[in-house]
Amino acid sequence: MTMAPKRETYDVVVIGAGPAGLAAAATSAEAGLSTLLLDENIGPGGQVFRAIASTPVTERDQLGADYWAGADLVQALRASDAEIIHRATVWSLDRNLEIAVSVGGASAFVKAQRVILATGALERPFPISGWTLPGVMTAGAAQTMLKSSALVPDGRTVIAGQGPLLWLLAAQILRLGGRIDRILDTTARSNYFAALPHAFAFLTSPYFAKGLSMMREVKAKVQVVSGVTELSASGDGRLTNVSYVAGSKRETIPADLLLLHQGVVPNVNLAMAAGIEHRWDELQLCWSPVLDASGNSTVAGIAIAGDGAGIGGAMAAVVRGRIAARAAVEVLAPAAAAKLAPMATLRADLAKAERGRVFLDTLFRPAPQFRIPAGDTIVCRCEEVTAKDILDAVAIGATGPNQLKAYRRTGMGPCQGRLCGLTVTELMAQARAKTPQEIGYYRLRAPVKPITLAELAAIPKSEADVKAVVRG
Amino acid sequence: MFRRSEQDKRPPVQIFVDGVAVAARQGDTVSAALLASSCDARRSTAVSGAPRLPYCMMGVCFDCLVTIDGVGNRQGCLVPVAEGMQVEIQKGKREIGK
Repeated sequence: MTMAPKRETYDVVVIGAGPAGLAAAATSAEAGLSTLLLDENIGPGGQVFRAIASTPVTERDQLGADYWAGADLVQALRASDAEIIHRATVWSLDRNLEIAVSVGGASAFVKAQRVILATGALERPFPISGWTLPGVMTAGAAQTMLKSSALVPDGRTVIAGQGPLLWLLAAQILRLGGRIDRILDTTARSNYFAALPHAFAFLTSPYFAKGLSMMREVKAKVQVVSGVTELSASGDGRLTNVSYVAGSKRETIPADLLLLHQGVVPNVNLAMAAGIEHRWDELQLCWSPVLDASGNSTVAGIAIAGDGAGIGGAMAAVVRGRIAARAAVEVLAPAAAAKLAPMATLRADLAKAERGRVFLDTLFRPAPQFRIPAGDTIVCRCEEVTAKDILDAVAIGATGPNQLKAYRRTGMGPCQGRLCGLTVTELMAQARAKTPQEIGYYRLRAPVKPITLAELAAIPKSEADVKAVVRG
Repeated sequence: MFRRSEQDKRPPVQIFVDGVAVAARQGDTVSAALLASSCDARRSTAVSGAPRLPYCMMGVCFDCLVTIDGVGNRQGCLVPVAEGMQVEIQKGKREIGK
């Protein structure tokens, strides 16, 4: 599967093989468009359907019916004529819809008439004291290992944070016989009141009954501490203790593994590097791309589907993928669009899938102290820059994330701001009494994932390319 | 920190971590195999030398960086294990030429 693209041009190139990308590529190929799906992972599924075609977890109930729904998407795609390349890292996308992709240590270039970005989400940074210690991971990391390698926590395990994924992961760990010593729920009590007006929509959403039964399942087996307002990890060289405050009582418990989660946010790096306009979303507390109803971005020819278009969950992602692909078909092969589900039907499906989202966003809106750290807590994991370092830089004149790079190198390490960007924006916004929108985000550029210099140097060059940089 | 569920019936794959044989399973990523093993897989950072283990396991945090078959700074969470693969835990800055 790790082969270079077969062609130089495609009607549609889809980037990311999660729910949105799988659905978009299948729809596009079904309409007869030449379609290429590029994905960084070993197999299809993205995060939510991770390892759907290869999971060693054979007892299907343990992962749940929602997970196995991903198998139908993969089957539909494989039955189509879409070309699929895994372990393919897209490192550049520009306004001319030219894509640079690294496959097996060599880069190839393809050009598309339409690009559908389905690069999904990543977990929101959870910058608490000690979050860089070995033994502290994201909940998603544990879930990835559970799905793809049937690995479960074995030592003293604490899960902390909030949101639907946290409860799903806990249920899955328990079903597979893994260990959880305690769950620390950081949902702010005030959020329950704020979310109440949106409760009705959620009650009628498909997530409600499932969520409730999962929480019951977990609470029957694990001690859950709610109303956690402070959280930190400590240890010498690796995690040994987790400390927290709940209801003005401080407690420290021994732990080998701390799994953190406070929701997911769009993975913006490739979209921003392509020049797509993003705006600060005050409800979801993240950057979301500016899109029309079909997912078309501010760069002509590039659409975004799935959680990268704003967090909506897997069911919404599938429909958004179909909508973006149908919109591409309507432009490139209007006659073939008749074969596909009508746009009105898809939009109704999307409204249904998105029902209750505002309730979840409001209820699980992370509290300020878990988003905006202070003192010696590390903000930028790569360059090891603390909250205090950043505030000191602001005090001597750093105005935004891009200036801050010159002061402290934040966001300039290998993760390219993925784990610090939101924190830096919010921290600087608070320090300078501005909105995150006013403060802005890192200016992202290709390559959006590191490639070796040797790989870059091996790219075929024209005479004009060489002349442009050679002296004399 | 992690153990394998009994239902996992995938064939074994042997890799070497700093020269020591480690049993992995077909389909494991390098990072998953390291976390499932008993070896000390902590790398140390290029900036301060602080110890780290993988954080996100999905290709975004770069805390899983390892040297694989002589190539440094590979994201262990994105690379599947292969029979005989040589993995080196990175200590400090990457060496020139790797």
